[in-house]
Amino acid sequence: MKNPEEIFELLKTEFADVILGIDKETPTEPIIAVDPTQISKVGLFLRDNVALKFDSLMVLSGVDDANGTKVKDEDGTDMISGGTLSVYYHLHSTNLKHKITLKVSTPRENPQVESVYNVWRTSDWHEREAYDMFGIIFLNHPDLRRILMPYDWEAGYPLRKDYKNPEFYKGMKVPY
Amino acid sequence: MGLLDKEFSDGNIVIAKVDDLMNWARLSSIWQLGFGLACCAIEMMATSASHYDFDRFGVIPRNTPRQADAIIISGTVTLKMATRIKRLYEQMPDPKYIISMGSCANCGGPYWEHGYHVLKGIDRVIPVDVYVPGCPPRPEALLEGLLKLQEKIRNESLRKKIA
Amino acid sequence: MALKTETMVLNMGPQHPSTHGVLRLELDIEGELILGVKPHIGYLHRCFEKHAEAMTYPQVIPYTDRLDYLAAMGNNFGYVTTVEKLLGIQIPERVEYIRVIMAELQRIASHLVAIATNGADIGALTPFLYLFRDREYILSLFEMTCGARMLYNYMWIGGLSHDIHPDFVRKTKEFIIHFRPTIVELNNLLTFNKIFIERTANIGILPVDTAINFGASGPVLRGSGLPFDVRKEDPYSIYNRFDFEIPTGKGLVGTVGDCWDRYYVRVLEMEQSLRIIEQAIDKIPEGDVHSAIPKRIKPPKGTVYSRVENPRGELGYFIISDGNLNPFRVKVRAPSFVNLELMGELCKGHLVADVIAILGSLDIVLGEIDR
Repeated sequence: MKNPEEIFELLKTEFADVILGIDKETPTEPIIAVDPTQISKVGLFLRDNVALKFDSLMVLSGVDDANGTKVKDEDGTDMISGGTLSVYYHLHSTNLKHKITLKVSTPRENPQVESVYNVWRTSDWHEREAYDMFGIIFLNHPDLRRILMPYDWEAGYPLRKDYKNPEFYKGMKVPY
Repeated sequence: MGLLDKEFSDGNIVIAKVDDLMNWARLSSIWQLGFGLACCAIEMMATSASHYDFDRFGVIPRNTPRQADAIIISGTVTLKMATRIKRLYEQMPDPKYIISMGSCANCGGPYWEHGYHVLKGIDRVIPVDVYVPGCPPRPEALLEGLLKLQEKIRNESLRKKIA
Repeated sequence: MALKTETMVLNMGPQHPSTHGVLRLELDIEGELILGVKPHIGYLHRCFEKHAEAMTYPQVIPYTDRLDYLAAMGNNFGYVTTVEKLLGIQIPERVEYIRVIMAELQRIASHLVAIATNGADIGALTPFLYLFRDREYILSLFEMTCGARMLYNYMWIGGLSHDIHPDFVRKTKEFIIHFRPTIVELNNLLTFNKIFIERTANIGILPVDTAINFGASGPVLRGSGLPFDVRKEDPYSIYNRFDFEIPTGKGLVGTVGDCWDRYYVRVLEMEQSLRIIEQAIDKIPEGDVHSAIPKRIKPPKGTVYSRVENPRGELGYFIISDGNLNPFRVKVRAPSFVNLELMGELCKGHLVADVIAILGSLDIVLGEIDR
């Protein structure tokens, strides 16, 4: 059983330039930041290495960091421009009983993260949901399309902080 | 009930209006389409189970809309599902009745404020006969809603078309 | 001349008589043989995560009830333990004991519905009526405590909404005495019934490695033989004080990991829940259930992920707080969302009628899949 600092050291020796840092300020657990286009290689190492054996991905969640600047678009409503969207991975090992949290961040204008579909099959629907709610494109995902919203929803990505509701959808009034 | 108030004369003859007879037949066996969406569906299942029996009112769940008289919309209606409910409603033959069960089907429920995918009330898509409030309504409340529907059917007339 | 065949796409649409809710399954079939299953979800997407960002921390609790509406106490439990971890407050002992008793009663009630609907889908309509009668006893215990039958808003951050009724302990003990013979009756009616075994044994076999890679949890994972239970792995609340076992699937009438094993794990878990309630019901200490509830809940900045064992599997809450009265992000890791991905794997090579048996054994609730 290893603690997060040891895992960070092990990862740093293996993938020097891909691991961006460890954030120890959070109250519950340190978070390791990883480069978004290399997360699949890091995931394979974490799953197959004998000392780590992270064979289960507990949850994969997209987050809108809302750390850009507020601008007003043509209707006068608040939009956010710049800033990042992040994806958090919580991993767990059923044999060795340790846990770790990873984080990747991508720019809001063109969010692209590599998919970990080949490492943990759990990520199939979780990544589709992150795409549906935030618009994060997962590269090399076999079937990336909307999962919770209707397939022809064109009004944007609902969980972003600057999302606006459409007035009508197929003849039905959406607001109250 | 009004139907058997008349005296029996010459054995086994009952005199009643045709309206009363048809309404009595319709309200005593309302076959519902088994359509449960969310939490209210579990209360609907509990109403048709053994403790609060639905079957003693003549209500049995049917599987297809072509054989059903009533549909009990129990649970939140989302935009994705509303188009399918319209299609189910159009497949049911006349006379058909709609009971809207629960806050979510009446007016959007607790999701009225920020629900971007919730239809705020099923009456934006199909016409409703009885609204049963509650979140979720108790089985007794649903039985009261059924009795109100029976009241409504009792006052119908064959000459006037049902809306 | 060769026979010209082609595959057909059959739609088991959002409205179908199985009582699991609004799920659409697209089946690729050749005759009766299944080549592939694609589930389509989203028909009950109620925007829980958007509401959680607009409400204060205590106001989110009624919305968590409605996620997995058959195990509402468990959802509440998960949310309040996560927020309490972020706040770092201590809970009175009385509150902990009552929370455990309520969660275990809810586990029994939820498994009763799961078993009843599993049987009803396959064609056994009698156990449905018998088990719902027994569920009414549990619901009357809940109603005596907090006034609601199904969606309670009972566990608050730092305490409970109501203290238990003076008669609660006596009535719970009566319920335990009444319920043990019911499990024997259920075994005679359904579990070892020849037709049920024919329909569910050797169907939908799930190997352990596939289960872990897909992230399965709860009875689905335990039915394949791995004794993994969040109450023993990552003990939360006071579960480490109670003595209970973790039932796993052993392939008694078929192979390890088939539908019958998943079903039997649920029956055995009800017995273990009764054991926990028996150990806890006599030891409830005195105290005030409202004493530790903070006046204003403003957690420090940070992230936390914590999980509980719901009847359907591992329910996790990932909360990011930015120091305000409202959460910044709440993500729910729903066990049925992850278990449903297994449908595509399990149904290959079976017949159309087996799809219903497999879906019933996975025990999904659409409220938490679509959130």
